[in-house]
Amino acid sequence: MTTAAAPHDTGTGTGTGPGTGAGHDGPARTGGRARARTRARRLARHAGALAVLLVLLYPLVWLLATSLKPAEEVVTSLRLLPGRLEWSNYSTAMEGVSGVPVSRLLTNSLLISLGSVLGNVLSCALAAYAFARLRFRMRGVMFAFMVATMMLPHHAVLIPQYIIFNQLGMVDTYWPLILPKFLATEAFFVFLIVQFMRGLPRELDEAARIDGCGPFRIFWSVVLPLTRPALITTAIFTFIWTWNDFFTQLIYLFDPEKFTITLALRNFVDQSSTSAFGPMFAMSVVSLLPIVLFFFAFQRYLVQGMATSGLKG
Amino acid sequence: MTAQAPPPAAAAERPAPARDRAAPGRRRPVRRERQGPAYIFLSPWILGVVLLTLAPMAVSLYLSFTDYNLFDPPKWVGLRNYAEMFTEDPRYWRSVGTTLLYVVVAVPLKLALALGVALLLNSMRTGKGFYRSAFYAPSLLGASMSIALVWRALFNDGGTVDELLSGVGINTGGWVADPDLAVFVVVLLTVWQFGAPMVIFLAGLQQIPTDVYEAAALDGAGRWRQFVSVTLPMLSPVLFFNLVLETIQSFQVFTPAFAISAGKGGPADSTNFYTLYLYERGFSASHMGYASAMAWVLLLAIGAVTVVLFRTSRSWVFYANEEG
Repeated sequence: MTTAAAPHDTGTGTGTGPGTGAGHDGPARTGGRARARTRARRLARHAGALAVLLVLLYPLVWLLATSLKPAEEVVTSLRLLPGRLEWSNYSTAMEGVSGVPVSRLLTNSLLISLGSVLGNVLSCALAAYAFARLRFRMRGVMFAFMVATMMLPHHAVLIPQYIIFNQLGMVDTYWPLILPKFLATEAFFVFLIVQFMRGLPRELDEAARIDGCGPFRIFWSVVLPLTRPALITTAIFTFIWTWNDFFTQLIYLFDPEKFTITLALRNFVDQSSTSAFGPMFAMSVVSLLPIVLFFFAFQRYLVQGMATSGLKG
Repeated sequence: MTAQAPPPAAAAERPAPARDRAAPGRRRPVRRERQGPAYIFLSPWILGVVLLTLAPMAVSLYLSFTDYNLFDPPKWVGLRNYAEMFTEDPRYWRSVGTTLLYVVVAVPLKLALALGVALLLNSMRTGKGFYRSAFYAPSLLGASMSIALVWRALFNDGGTVDELLSGVGINTGGWVADPDLAVFVVVLLTVWQFGAPMVIFLAGLQQIPTDVYEAAALDGAGRWRQFVSVTLPMLSPVLFFNLVLETIQSFQVFTPAFAISAGKGGPADSTNFYTLYLYERGFSASHMGYASAMAWVLLLAIGAVTVVLFRTSRSWVFYANEEG
């Protein structure tokens, strides 16, 4: 990500003759035809992309539509759009599950997600700075190990972690969900931030050192502010992944009062009766709302963060 | 295009006189000064590695040789968990089969679609940013329980897909209830989230310099030839990255399997993915030792697959200039 990609010329991207040979001027006759052909091709590309998009978005539109359908329409009609809007699905959904209102479930989810965001950003940035900028014994080994833990299946550590938290009396609290985030356990983010920090000019650190800054000052006042894009990416991904996470919450939380919205949706899993469809999907929509909002607010960072994490720094 | 590279490029060109001056004389003191702070910065990570990764891995290995139900002290049973897994538990092998089938089908499909759409978008002049974000949306939402429930409804008996298929004379009675088809509901849900690898492909495509294509075109290479001889080799590191990442993730699929089978892995264990079975053995049936053994086999399997991928990559991954 150090070198900005040169804007890619479209014609040459797919490597068609006329596009690449822009230098030599053919007769006007063939030039016009070629131009018409490029335009047709461009239209075809948009048609293709839109077709894919339609299929992709169908389940989301279906979800939205079904959340507003009255019970009898769900079974009888295949039509996508509801004939009559059943807003009461939402008021039913807001009452929540097993006597716990959705507002409570959302608050719980928010608490866990924000705690995780804080933990991940803080601990991952600290570790990343050491890996990217400081010298210490076994740095190579530790870095390799850190990268390797990205591939470690969660299940290999799951049961002992559960036993530890159980011994500490922390099962059925939020600690097992938040505490690990403060210990930089998600190596993916450490790696992401390291990659970004490596792209920052070292001269800035050197200059700050000459001005008498120690490593902490350099980290806090020089490197951290410049790393903001990577930190934001970390924050957004952490929020969304934690919000969506189901497995960890399923294992550690038992008290319905402490359930997250994701976990509460589980109660609908056993139901196959279509009478509950409306409220169930209304609640689904509510549970996705924060992610959708985050997505629209930060999609630039998200898409970029995803892209840069896949590239050599 | 404007959303390309953030600030770093700014001061990159400037020379660094300071470093040269500091280096020769004061080398040793500088090093000693640096060690301490580094470990302070690293302390959360080191604590996490020791307490939440290394120690649990060791404990998990130990537990895999025991009978343990969380309440009574673990009882050493040697290799019995492993023996039971490999020789006496058909459900275990069924879960292995389901997971492998899923990985082998879902990962190539997802990557092919991601690459195809990335190529399509890369050749576009307008709207690239919009499509990129729109295609990426399912990757974020798709991991949720909500969307898994949507897929179950769509593929259920009487659901949209079922009705559409019976419209053209194919009667499945719903994929969710069909032991042969249920796993493909999860496959399709995974493939649907091709946006994440697509974004990475797209970034990779934009790094390929245009003049390589121009040179190839001058040599008379057609579109297909350019794809095979220029795009694929230049993209191979990104392809490899995506392949490793998606494969590792796929081995651990849980939420959609849980949702589609109502947490039971049915019908007839056809969606009893490895992780689902591990959860059932460990947390529902309280066979923590057995579940630990399963976890360790999973760890070794993922490790082995990763090693194999890295080995084979030497013959097909092409690095233009090593080490960034």
